[in-house]
Parts: sequence; structure tokens; C-alpha cells
Amino acid sequence: MNIVVCAKQVVDVSEIKVDPSTKRPVLSGIAKKISDIDKNAVEEAIRMKEKVGGKITVLTVGSADAKERVKELLAMGADEGVVIVAPVDSEYSVVATLLAAAVKKLGQVDAVLCGEASIDLFSGQLGPRLAGVLDIPQLTYTTKLTAEKDHVTVERNLGDHAATMTSPYPVLISVTKEINTPRLPSLMQILSSSSKPIREWKAEELAGGPLTPKIKTLDIKGVPMSRKNIVYQDDLDASIHKLVGELAKEGVLR
Amino acid sequence: MVMVYSDNKRLALELIALGKNLAPSLGGKVYAVTINQPEAVIKELVAHGVDGVHEMTTNIPQFKAEEYANLLKDLILEHKPDLVLIGSDKNGKELAARLAGILNTGCVMDATSVTAQGKTITAERVVYSGTGIAVEQFTTTPAIVSIPPRAAEPLPKDEHHHADVMKKQVTLKEYPSKILSVHEAKSEGVHVEDAEIIVSCGRGLKNKTDIQLVSDLAAALKGKTIGCSRPIAADLKWLSEDHWIGLSGHKVKPKLYVACGISGQIQHIAGMRDSGVVVAINKDPDALIFKSADYGIVGDLYQVLPKLVTALKEHAA
Ligand SMILES: Cc1cc2nc3c(=O)[nH]c(=O)nc-3n(C[C@H](O)[C@H](O)[C@H](O)COP(=O)(O)OP(=O)(O)OC[C@H]3O[C@@H](n4cnc5c(N)ncnc54)[C@H](O)[C@@H]3O)c2cc1C
Ligand SMILES: Cc1cc2nc3c(=O)[nH]c(=O)nc-3n(C[C@H](O)[C@H](O)[C@H](O)COP(=O)(O)OP(=O)(O)OC[C@H]3O[C@@H](n4cnc5c(N)ncnc54)[C@H](O)[C@@H]3O)c2cc1C
Repeated sequence: MNIVVCAKQVVDVSEIKVDPSTKRPVLSGIAKKISDIDKNAVEEAIRMKEKVGGKITVLTVGSADAKERVKELLAMGADEGVVIVAPVDSEYSVVATLLAAAVKKLGQVDAVLCGEASIDLFSGQLGPRLAGVLDIPQLTYTTKLTAEKDHVTVERNLGDHAATMTSPYPVLISVTKEINTPRLPSLMQILSSSSKPIREWKAEELAGGPLTPKIKTLDIKGVPMSRKNIVYQDDLDASIHKLVGELAKEGVLR
Repeated sequence: MVMVYSDNKRLALELIALGKNLAPSLGGKVYAVTINQPEAVIKELVAHGVDGVHEMTTNIPQFKAEEYANLLKDLILEHKPDLVLIGSDKNGKELAARLAGILNTGCVMDATSVTAQGKTITAERVVYSGTGIAVEQFTTTPAIVSIPPRAAEPLPKDEHHHADVMKKQVTLKEYPSKILSVHEAKSEGVHVEDAEIIVSCGRGLKNKTDIQLVSDLAAALKGKTIGCSRPIAADLKWLSEDHWIGLSGHKVKPKLYVACGISGQIQHIAGMRDSGVVVAINKDPDALIFKSADYGIVGDLYQVLPKLVTALKEHAA
């Protein structure tokens, strides 16, 4: 079985600060990583492969430095990586078109796995969008997956209800954080992964021409949060007394 | 023209109100699409100000994104709306995204604001876990925007309002994915969004029964709403999903938010950063939550909570 995992390189949002003078989030110099839930997707792909056999290809659209991050996924157990080099701020229609073209170029793909949403922009758009472009079934918000040779059965978390669904291949599956705990590669795996191939494909060649964005990001406004940060850590009774006094002054006690 | 769709009636009414607001520069009209909905729902949409309803009935009785996206695609190609608003619940999100893929058009998910200047549509959405707001402008039509609950109040009900209701029966191409069973999660009917006081708990709790400590504190604060972090609802399932606060849960803005045994990862903060006063109780002095709190107590919640309850009762007396 051929499994594709779409993984995105993201900025570590927990490090982002708002510049007090420009009122914009500062993004330069922030560490990059693979979006958390995409590691759950890789883990699930490995479990599928362990059960029914096959090959796992990691696809990412982003800057060329994403290769370093893709190596971590190969160390976990993916077989090969493809980095599609495109402008970092390419919007969804561009990213989805490129991923769809890459899936087609890879030949017969049975399962495409994505994260429920990325950790930095968190729109949860890409998975179902890609399924639409490929015109294949989609099983989103998957919390449990059972792969068989010719079909997959999943449980989906839909907030106020859960659903069990099944689909033959090819199918697109988006996974949640709860589906599994991604494995940490061993030193041996890290070392041996360096021989696994990571290819680089150029966006324009893959798409067969220039891609026109459908959306323009005009601005990113910062949303600073200011808090008093008064922390009591001495005598517990005294701390509680002070806290109740402050809450009364704040007018939040009824 | 603005086209709106949600299989959640309340959300559909909100979309109509929002659509009416934007419609003046987009040709004036708002059309709703319903799929396999009873007459009563259509009547209600009409009474709440919609200009027209595409009342569709299909061979697919239950919501499925694959088939329903194709239905909407055909309606959009026929009627050419400038803007398509879709309710941003879980069904709506996967539908909006798939539809945008099929139509190869722009899409903004979970917009917090939408404006139309002439025919140019701009939408804003929260990014970087609440640290930023991206302003996105569409360069093609239709613009597809998904809208979270409570973005607008439904328009006042007018039983005499008239709208064109166009009934159509369609047979949709079926996809091989199948729903085998649906299990209703037990909802506790909690609306954390409306609460003025929320006491929230995280993995600092050792047992499900210890949630009692949290409800005791909520009661002492004369509130009754309990919130929680994602692991409490999603992994441990100690509380239903209506309590889940954060980036992937509910966004709240109570006057007072008390976080007990919550580490304060940015994905949790994304859901409560608009709160009035924030209090944190955590045994780790370096816990991130103190950076997002006005007042903090470093201590074991099993000691702090009962003492705080007593102190609040004394204060009230
Ligand atoms: C501040 C800002 C705001 C933006 N807002 C919008 C917007 O409103 N609309 C829009 O169309 N574009 C927008 N963009 C462009 C956006 O960066 C890309 O479209 C991006 O690829 C989608 O990101 P997401 O993180 O929201 O993906 P999600 O849809 O949340 O990602 C879901 C899953 O899809 C897969 N995936 C996502 N991106 C990639 C990738 N590049 N390579 C491989 N797999 C991937 C992963 O499995 C991921 O878990 C914005 C960009 C910026 C910088
Ligand atoms: C894409 C994505 C989306 C997410 N969305 C959300 C979301 O919507 N909401 C959300 O909450 N999380 C979300 N998360 C998860 C988030 O990153 C954190 O993992 C989660 O919030 C941690 O929950 P917690 O604080 O309960 O647990 P932990 O991080 O385990 O923290 C427990 C805390 O309790 C303290 N503690 C332990 N014992 C005691 C005691 N006896 N007394 C006092 N304090 C004690 C510890 O010091 C610690 O700080 C998301 C993650 C991802 C990747």
C-alpha cells in the first residue's frame, strides 16, 4: 500500500511575541518544527504499514530548509520525503494544487494522511480541500483507525457526536492529536535515516505553470495580552487572604 | 448575491443576518441552501429575513461532505454568488474546505470578521494561537468563508416576511465512504461561552471525582460553569466536550477565569485570553499559566481549593 503523509513545517507559536512598537507578531528568528499533529499522522501511517505493508512518502510544501525537519519523520519510520519548494506564504489553493499534483506524480496512492489542523494557522482547511481536488472520499477528525488490505475503518470525533465510518482506498484521512502518541526515534533510526531519499520538486514544474493565489494576506495584526502577573508563593493562608482581597477589589466577587 | 449554508438551524439564522449586512454591495440578496430539512426549518429561515431558499432533497439522507459539496458546487456554478458563508461547525468546516478545493477558489476558515467593499471581500481570522489576526483579501469569486457560531444575532422574526422557496430533488453521485454508526456524545448542555465565571481544570487533577473540588470553588464564586483543558475532555473524557476551552475547543470571555492544574500552553490560552481577570493555581512556580494570569497561587490545588472555598464563604458572610 502506498501511503502519503502531508506534513507542514511551522513556526513554534509558543515563542511568538508581539512587537510593542509595530504591533505586529515577530516571526523572524522563531524556531521551526513539524506541526505537532502531523507527527501523529506519520505515526498512524507507520502503524498502517506495520499491519498491511507498504511504503510511506512524506510530502511537504515549503521552503528548502524543511528537509532538515523531514529527516525527523524519516527517522520515525517514513520511507522517503519530497519537499516541494514554494513561497512560504502560498495560500491554500496553491498548496492543495501542488500536493495534488505531487500525489498524482507519485503514481498509485492508496491513503493520504493529514493533520486535523496545523499548529500555527490552525485552519484545518488543507486535508478536505485536497480530497476535493483529488475527488476522493475524506475521513476527517479521525481518533481511531483500523487499516485492512482493501479498506479502512475509522472513528471520527464530531464534537457533539462520534461516527464510525469506512471507505475503500484511495481515501484522505485527517487525524487528531488523540489518535496515538508519536514515537521518538532511536539513535540507530536517526543514523540510518540519513540514507533515505529526500527529493526536491520545483513548484512551477510540478504544476506545469505559474499558480495564481486566490487570497492575499494584507496584514497580520498582533494581539498583545497584558496581565498583572502577581504570584503569591509564600504562606498559603496569607496568599489566599490576599487573593480574595484583590478579587473583591476587582469587583468579580458576587 | 450571498449564499449561506449550515445544517445547524441557529447557525443558518446567524449566517442570514450576517449575509444581509454584507449584501447591499453584493447585489442585495441572501439565499439559503437547505438539504433534506423539514418544512418547519424552511419556514423559520424565511421568517428570519432570507430572500430565497434552495430547498434541496437528495438520495443522501445524512450529512456527508463529499456528496453535499458537489450539490453546493452545482448551485454555485448555476447562481454565481459572490460570497458563500458556511457555518463553522465540524460538518461545515470540512464541507467549506472541500468545496473550495473543487471550485479552486479562495477560502478563509473561522473568520472573525467579513467586510465587502464593492465586490471585494476581506476576512479576518485568528492565527498563531491567538497572537495574531490575519487580514485576508479574496482575489477571485466566489469567496468561501466559514463563520463560527455567535458571529451575529438572527434578524427579528417576521411571520409575514416573504421569500422565494425553490424546491428541487437531486440525485447525487455517491462516494464509496459509508457511515456505519453514529453515537451521540452525552452533552451536558453547558455553554461556556455565556458564563461570567469559569473555574477550569487540567491534568493537575488526579481523579475524575476530584472535579468536585472544582465545582465547589465555582459554587463559592457564585458561578456554576466548569471548563477544562483538552486532555481532560479529549483523552481522559472526564468532562464532555462542551467544557473544553482553547484553540480547538471553545473560546470564552468570562469576567473571572480560574485555571486549576493547567500548565498554560498557548493552545489553551487561545481560548481564554479575552477573559477579564485570570487566576491561576499551579504547584509549579515556573508554569507558563502564571504568564497569562493576573493573580497566581503556587501550591497544591488539593490544599489551595478547599482553603479558597472557605475564605470565599467567610468573605461573603
Ligand atoms: C498569517 C497567515 C494567514 C493565512 N491565512 C490564510 C487563509 O485565510 N486562507 C488561505 O488560503 N491561506 C492562508 N495563508 C496561507 C497558508 O500559509 C497556507 O495555505 C498553508 O499551507 C495552510 O496552512 P494551515 O496551517 O492553516 O493548514 P491546515 O489546513 O490547518 O493544515 C492541515 C494539515 O494539512 C497539511 N498541510 C498544511 N499545509 C501543508 C504544507 N504546506 N505542506 C504539506 N502539508 C500541509 C498538514 O497535514 C496539516 O496538518 C495564510 C498565511 C499566513 C502567513
Ligand atoms: C493543534 C493543537 C490544538 C490544541 N488545542 C487545545 C485546546 O483547545 N485546549 C487545550 O487546553 N489544549 C489544547 N492543546 C493541548 C495543549 O498543547 C496542552 O497539551 C494542554 O493544554 C495541556 O493540558 P493541561 O494543562 O491540562 O496538562 P499539563 O500540561 O499536563 O499540565 C498539568 C499542570 O498541572 C500542574 N499540577 C499537577 N499537579 C498539581 C497539583 N496537585 N496542584 C496544582 N497543580 C498541579 C502541573 O504543574 C502542570 O502545570 C492543543 C494541542 C495541539 C497540538
